[in-house]
Amino acid sequence: MTLSALIVKRLLLGVVIMFFVSALIFAGTEILPGDVAQAILGQGATPELLANVRLRLGLGDPVIVRYWHWLSSVITGDFGTSMVSGADIAGLLSERVSNTAMLAGATALIAVPLSIGLGLLCALKPGGLLDRAISAVSLSLISVPDFLVAIVLVMIFSVNLGWLPAIANLRPDQDALAIVRQMVLPVTVLVFTVLAHMVRMTRSSVINVLSSPATEMAILKGVPRARLLLVHALPNALAPIANVVVLNLAYLISGIVVVETLFNFSGLGRLMVESVSTRDIPVVQVCALLFCAVYVILNLVADVVSVVSNPRLRYPR
Amino acid sequence: MIQNQPSASEEVLSGSFKDRLSQLTVTAMISIVVLLFSLSIVVFAPWIAPYPEYEILTDESFALSSEQMWLGSDFLGRDVFSRMLYGARVTFSVAFAIALIAFFIGCTFGFLAAVKRGLFDSVLSRIVDVLISFPAIMVALIVISGLGSSITVLIVTVALIDATRVFRVARALGMDIVVQDYIEAATVRGEKLGWIMWHEILPNALAPLAAEFGIRFTYAILFISALSFLGLGVQPPQADLGVMVKENMQGLLYETYTPLYPALCIAMVTLSVNLLVDWYLKTTDATLPDEL
Repeated sequence: MTLSALIVKRLLLGVVIMFFVSALIFAGTEILPGDVAQAILGQGATPELLANVRLRLGLGDPVIVRYWHWLSSVITGDFGTSMVSGADIAGLLSERVSNTAMLAGATALIAVPLSIGLGLLCALKPGGLLDRAISAVSLSLISVPDFLVAIVLVMIFSVNLGWLPAIANLRPDQDALAIVRQMVLPVTVLVFTVLAHMVRMTRSSVINVLSSPATEMAILKGVPRARLLLVHALPNALAPIANVVVLNLAYLISGIVVVETLFNFSGLGRLMVESVSTRDIPVVQVCALLFCAVYVILNLVADVVSVVSNPRLRYPR
Repeated sequence: MIQNQPSASEEVLSGSFKDRLSQLTVTAMISIVVLLFSLSIVVFAPWIAPYPEYEILTDESFALSSEQMWLGSDFLGRDVFSRMLYGARVTFSVAFAIALIAFFIGCTFGFLAAVKRGLFDSVLSRIVDVLISFPAIMVALIVISGLGSSITVLIVTVALIDATRVFRVARALGMDIVVQDYIEAATVRGEKLGWIMWHEILPNALAPLAAEFGIRFTYAILFISALSFLGLGVQPPQADLGVMVKENMQGLLYETYTPLYPALCIAMVTLSVNLLVDWYLKTTDATLPDEL
């Protein structure tokens, strides 16, 4: 199979997966027991009100029909309205999506190069002092909850030193400096949570590559250390590293949800948490779909990178 | 003779127990002590706790620690120390239940897939592939938005999420084991599928599975604590450690350490389990399958 055909196949697979994911999100939020109309109206609902709301939401239709209506309107960009506030969901999303993208982007920009660098440093001399120090720190970071890191940083930098705000409530009218100041703590917490996993996984995949016969051969030929790492090892380690990066963006998703809530950050994650607690199903569905879409796309990218960088994967065993 | 074939793994577990003791590092020893200590808290919390869980003892929010209240009072004036003992009880027992259920489901289906292969395996694996294409937190949030939150919902949901990961590990381990001669011997002598799974495959996969169990357990602790912290896990007035962190976050503004204690309590246990797993993997030479 040619490379392009393979990539097209993966992309189609991604579309199929997204289809399943959307169906499962819809099923999970709509078919589960509990009457949605009852959930909106609460205990004091009269039968007439219930019937009215059911009619308005089209709850009388079969599930497949409702799913189809929902999917086709979401695909065409009509996200519907919130059940709780009645606000247009697209309007709710616009600013929050860009805020969350900014948070995630800043984190990825810092965490990815930093952790690949640290992982390479560890892999250079496995068992050395530096390796053991970095590994110990990253193991501890993996073990602690995200909010512990956040609490400690807030205690130091906001409460004791007073340098940075403990809340990151972004508003459009703020100037760039204010926004940056508010972003520092949330981004730092996220970097810490993602970094640990990435360093450990980069380390082990590079060590794996370095112990392969091909690298051994290169060492025996007398290839200089730097050339060995960059020309011989790195291309082979690229696929596993791409996988590492993507796998860890999954941690970033759960991290983002926690960190946004913690810092009162007006983003997609906090919107979703609030909607789950008020059981605002339409908003939950759209948020979940967005998060999952990002995740599926990232996984696809990792897949394609692996295939491009490792020709062996082009031929199924 | 054939009956005794799988004894190699028994040796790993029991025969070398004395060797294992002599290999005990300081970190491993500290971890074991911490875990035994936590276990006794989980079991004996109601007898150790000086005050009832919900009783409001003082008007003062975030009172400093005193002889009566070792860790001070929380935002409602309840005793932080007592509440933490009960909270730890909830967090760790729920996480343990999650890990157990996840392992039961994951290992059963993982081993079955490894033995049966063919259509059964590919159907199961594809289902797991689709489930894994959801970030775990999203699955939990979707289910909770549909069902509301209760301890049962939490346990079942997180156990199912974890079971997909355990399935992959168990399947990969099983795949390596079913090609061994002793499995063929068992098949030839007419053993049933269930017997082969629990008496041949399981004992031989036990060392890596034990390590995976530790990892899943810490993951479950962190996951339910995060959900509780978001207000979507255990519901107040009942508390687990995550709820306690959330409830007392405002205490930071009064320069108290209240939310730090439950968070540290979580970290202590998860770190100990992880260190123990690390040590265990090193001393047994067991490796977890790469794919995940």
